[in-house]
Amino acid sequence: MSAETGVMRHAGRRLLGLVPTLLILITIVFFMMRVAPGGPFDAEKALPPDIQANLEARYHLDEPLIQQYFRYLGQVLRFDFGPSFQYRDWTVNELIAQGFPVSLTIGGLALVLSLLVGVSVGVLAALRQNRPTDYTVMGFAMLGISIPNFVVAPVLILLLAVYAGWLPAGGWEGGWTRLVLPVITLALPVIAYIARLTRGSMIEVLHSNFIRAARAKGLPGRQVIFGYALKPALLPVVSWLGPAAAGLVTGSVVVERIFAIPGLGSYFVQGALNRDYTLVMGVVVFYGFLIIVLNFIVDLLYVWMNPRVRYGEG
Amino acid sequence: MSALLEVRDLQVRFDTPDGDVEAVRGIDFDLSPGESLAVVGESGSGKTQAFLAIMGLLAENGSANGQARFHGEDLMAMSSRDLNRHRGHDIAMIFQDPMSALNPYLSIEKQMIDGPMHHLGLGRAEARAHAVEMLRAVRIPDPDERIGHYPHQFSGGMRQRITIAMGLLCEPEILIADEPTTALDVTVQARIARLVGDVARRSHMATVLITHDLGAVAGVCDRILVMYAGQVVETGTVREIFDSPRHPYTRGLLDSIPRLDRIDDTLHAIPGNPPNLSDLPGGCVFRERCDRAFDACAEPPPLFDLGEGRASRCHLEDPS
Repeated sequence: MSAETGVMRHAGRRLLGLVPTLLILITIVFFMMRVAPGGPFDAEKALPPDIQANLEARYHLDEPLIQQYFRYLGQVLRFDFGPSFQYRDWTVNELIAQGFPVSLTIGGLALVLSLLVGVSVGVLAALRQNRPTDYTVMGFAMLGISIPNFVVAPVLILLLAVYAGWLPAGGWEGGWTRLVLPVITLALPVIAYIARLTRGSMIEVLHSNFIRAARAKGLPGRQVIFGYALKPALLPVVSWLGPAAAGLVTGSVVVERIFAIPGLGSYFVQGALNRDYTLVMGVVVFYGFLIIVLNFIVDLLYVWMNPRVRYGEG
Repeated sequence: MSALLEVRDLQVRFDTPDGDVEAVRGIDFDLSPGESLAVVGESGSGKTQAFLAIMGLLAENGSANGQARFHGEDLMAMSSRDLNRHRGHDIAMIFQDPMSALNPYLSIEKQMIDGPMHHLGLGRAEARAHAVEMLRAVRIPDPDERIGHYPHQFSGGMRQRITIAMGLLCEPEILIADEPTTALDVTVQARIARLVGDVARRSHMATVLITHDLGAVAGVCDRILVMYAGQVVETGTVREIFDSPRHPYTRGLLDSIPRLDRIDDTLHAIPGNPPNLSDLPGGCVFRERCDRAFDACAEPPPLFDLGEGRASRCHLEDPS
């Protein structure tokens, strides 16, 4: 079996697995939303019954639940998430199209930043194992992992926006400065985790026989680290990137709210509070799809980096 | 003939949670150009650590003392930058386990061209061509295509031959091979020994064969250094050691080689275990396993020089 057909077959199998996962996700979220008390048209003042009935008929809420479920499945198959219940005149597709690029920008930047900083300090800590640099890096990493982003964000805002006045406290207008605080907040725990992962696997790799053998070749230390040790040391980081991407997505829900960024996360929170059935469903399915696709890409990356998986063992 | 490598009072110790372990306790030997030296001993005798120390490759908790003069320059006193001019270039080391000594994430080509590009200043294409030739020399079939493969795509024997080819790439003056054939079956062992012997003769390369198997040394080496508990206990030519072993430990090792030419009895083994290197007994370290121990053995014996390169660390040799 050649390398290419091996990867293609692997990819094909994974893509097929996407369908049942999404189906289960849609089913669970659909019924959970309906079980939750309240509905999209509940208000302080009750609507007159015939208006309520008109509204429900307009959105097919008067049909039996199971019929609504299959109607929804049919829509999803056509990539149509329906109209938003709350943002009148907007379809869910339009809201996603508007919010996602914003979320993607801060999520993507946070991921790039996490990889650059996390891997660098992780390698540095591994090379200075059990010395002050190592302890400092690992100390900060522990902090980064344990302090939740809803604490980090207000502290950063207070220090850098309110007291120092260097950066805007929130919002989506203005230049690149508006990106700094949300991206840092989002990236901090990911940086911390990647640094710990990189350090651990780098230390293990540096103790392996093949690194000793590489040193025996008389290559400069730098070449041994970057040419021989980095690739195997990064494998655990790569396989963690799937969950990391999911973490960035869910993290952005909170971070977007705090920094008043009109991303997908903001719509999601608003939709859940308003019982905006279609919006929540749409965003959940979209997130689910995104996470599965990201995991899939990470898988391919892993296979590409690890020749033993690429060609099959033996 | 002046020595290529002169090792004097080489000591290696490891700092472990259970206290200091003295892995190598002062060994001396010379290696001449073209000479083939076997270093024989049980696992834990310090044979591998001694050569890792010379190569500057000890684990982080290890430290080494003494001298190892290569062309008169002390390798032990060199910075790792200076050491890198020799490592892999004129002193090469082949490691015990070919499964783990090759980097599983890099192609053989990448692992073979780096050394020659660095030490010999070859270009990528030249280095590749050179590596392909070397693979051909160790009888890897279809080397031009196989060089692009990864370690796991080769059999154990082929991997071992690849590591040997790697060691020979820069035509070293000394090749240190640590149990290079233990993982292989006997026919392959013999073929590899012959291959290394050929290269050594052709380029006047000195070889050091580190092994626990005295039987594997017979047709291959010139001289033997027997190590026990971090010390040299006997030296001599292969012929001398096999024909008239002087130290009781060497005799025990020879007796424990299975022989097909005698029907007589069971396989001999040396009773007991090597001493704990973090808590060595006083006196001769072999005393407790020795069938000829006597009163004098309560004092540690020096290495008695028996003339013509022979020596034995045993009170039985005491001329007084």
